[in-house]
Amino acid sequence: MTLALPADDRTALIARHKAAIDGSLKTRIVTIAIVAGLLGLFLYGLTTLEVSLWKILHGLGNLGTFVALMLPPDPGSFGRALLFVKALFETIAIAFLGTILAAIFAFPLGFIAAKNVVANRAVHFLARRSLDTVRGVDALIWALIWVNVVGLGPFAGMLAIMTSDLGAFGKLYSEAIESADRKPVEGVTSLGGSKLHEIRFGLIPQVLPVIASQVLYYIESNTRSSTIIGIVGAGGIGLYLAETIRTLEWQQVSFLILLILAAVTAIDFLSSKLRFAIIGQRAV
Amino acid sequence: MTLAIDRNDPAISGHAESYRRAMSAKRRQTLIGAVIFLVCVWLAAIGSEVDPGKFIENAWRFPKYILETMPTLHFATLGADMAEWFWGIKGWLKLLWQTILIAYTGTILGALGGFLLCFVAAANLGKSRVLRFATRRFLEFSRTVPEIVFALIFVIAFGLGPLPGMLAIAIHTMGAMGKLFSEVVENIDMKPVDGMTATGAGWWQIIRFAVVPQVLSNFASYSLLRFEINVRGASIMGFVGAGGIGQDLIEAIRKFYFTDISAILLMIIATVMLIDYGTERLRHALLSLEHGR
Repeated sequence: MTLALPADDRTALIARHKAAIDGSLKTRIVTIAIVAGLLGLFLYGLTTLEVSLWKILHGLGNLGTFVALMLPPDPGSFGRALLFVKALFETIAIAFLGTILAAIFAFPLGFIAAKNVVANRAVHFLARRSLDTVRGVDALIWALIWVNVVGLGPFAGMLAIMTSDLGAFGKLYSEAIESADRKPVEGVTSLGGSKLHEIRFGLIPQVLPVIASQVLYYIESNTRSSTIIGIVGAGGIGLYLAETIRTLEWQQVSFLILLILAAVTAIDFLSSKLRFAIIGQRAV
Repeated sequence: MTLAIDRNDPAISGHAESYRRAMSAKRRQTLIGAVIFLVCVWLAAIGSEVDPGKFIENAWRFPKYILETMPTLHFATLGADMAEWFWGIKGWLKLLWQTILIAYTGTILGALGGFLLCFVAAANLGKSRVLRFATRRFLEFSRTVPEIVFALIFVIAFGLGPLPGMLAIAIHTMGAMGKLFSEVVENIDMKPVDGMTATGAGWWQIIRFAVVPQVLSNFASYSLLRFEINVRGASIMGFVGAGGIGQDLIEAIRKFYFTDISAILLMIIATVMLIDYGTERLRHALLSLEHGR
């Protein structure tokens, strides 16, 4: 069965609801202008960055060869495999310890940057801006700086992860402290609790689950960052990754990438399990 | 007034006993957790070769390093001192603009890729199970491998310059956005989709008229957020020769051109903050646009 609409009815219908069908002219012009602007900037970017079709095709050809050479993943020898696994352990250690230390050292910073703890506007502003600045510098840049201070090796990488996270945690804590509910604290006070009791039973149960789940989340994301910190010589698997890519040992490259993928997936899984255990059914 | 409790009342002592049992079980759990945690910290400290002695011995270098990057500015000759500090500003501004363009083109390409793939990866629209599984794994792979690793490989394949940086950012963005987009798509109201299906529309028509209008402002907001992240990412692409301001920065750090380091870093931070601020304003405008409708 077909539902046929007489031609006259159809034109009448279209004429009656012209505004609804065509939409407003202004919206249409604005949409076209936005799309044209975005596209124009995109094309300008492509020409400025000297992107050409030939370059892309040539590169894709090379890339295809590399991918073919990557298969099957192979560490070369058993000794190399052990070395890579050790570097992976180093990477995870850097991420874990860097995050934990940042979480601890950021505590006083968070208090200084919290509006309801330090009421002085200038101090508050300065603390917030310095945290922003520390956060704005990439971990890789911090790694370069720390390598100059403590020398090459995973220790520099750990310090770099810690420094770049100090800013993030400081901001996080100050926000958590600012938005903490005063009622449990007042409840403890009304029962005759001391200042210490207030913090232990009023404040910590509120903020600990949030902080713990954030720390877990940062360990997850830092595992990704610490895989590349070795590129500038600050320890971890990145050193071997950069080295094998530069020497075109593609089978080892793919083995390393697989190792990283496995480690990141495992840590994601673990941390989501732990996070769920800490915060329970409550969604944060 | 005092509240008298008879401690010998069996009901009360029973309660007290069960409370003590529950608390000691919880304490034991906390203790076990703490021990596991400390063992992990200890292992991690060995793994990352933590050496407090070395740290204390060299800790003074860190403030010294930071201080050395500070230029000497005299109030009397402020203009000339600033000009000397930012001596390379012309070249740096050009590289900074290149960095922003790398981030922009990379974001556009990645967002387009994520946009196309998210409908296949979404559980409520994806037509075939196999295709959905494959797309999801592909997106996962693209976002788990760090972009600088892609850049390292692309530099060899495509040659030095901004092109590999742009492609590396595009791939990583595609992985991250494809996942976010597909989550947005999975949360849409399915009624318009049913309506379109009832009129006999094809898959593409359903997406164009029933799905896209619902998700577009959300997609735009995520893309803006991603652009800001990508500007940060693009600023270090130069470390591996993939274009942008990073190449001058790593040269300054490696060759100990101290005041250059602070000048370039300040420029990067200022740019990131400006873009941060701008995209936030735009996102708020987008959100209010959506609420107004």
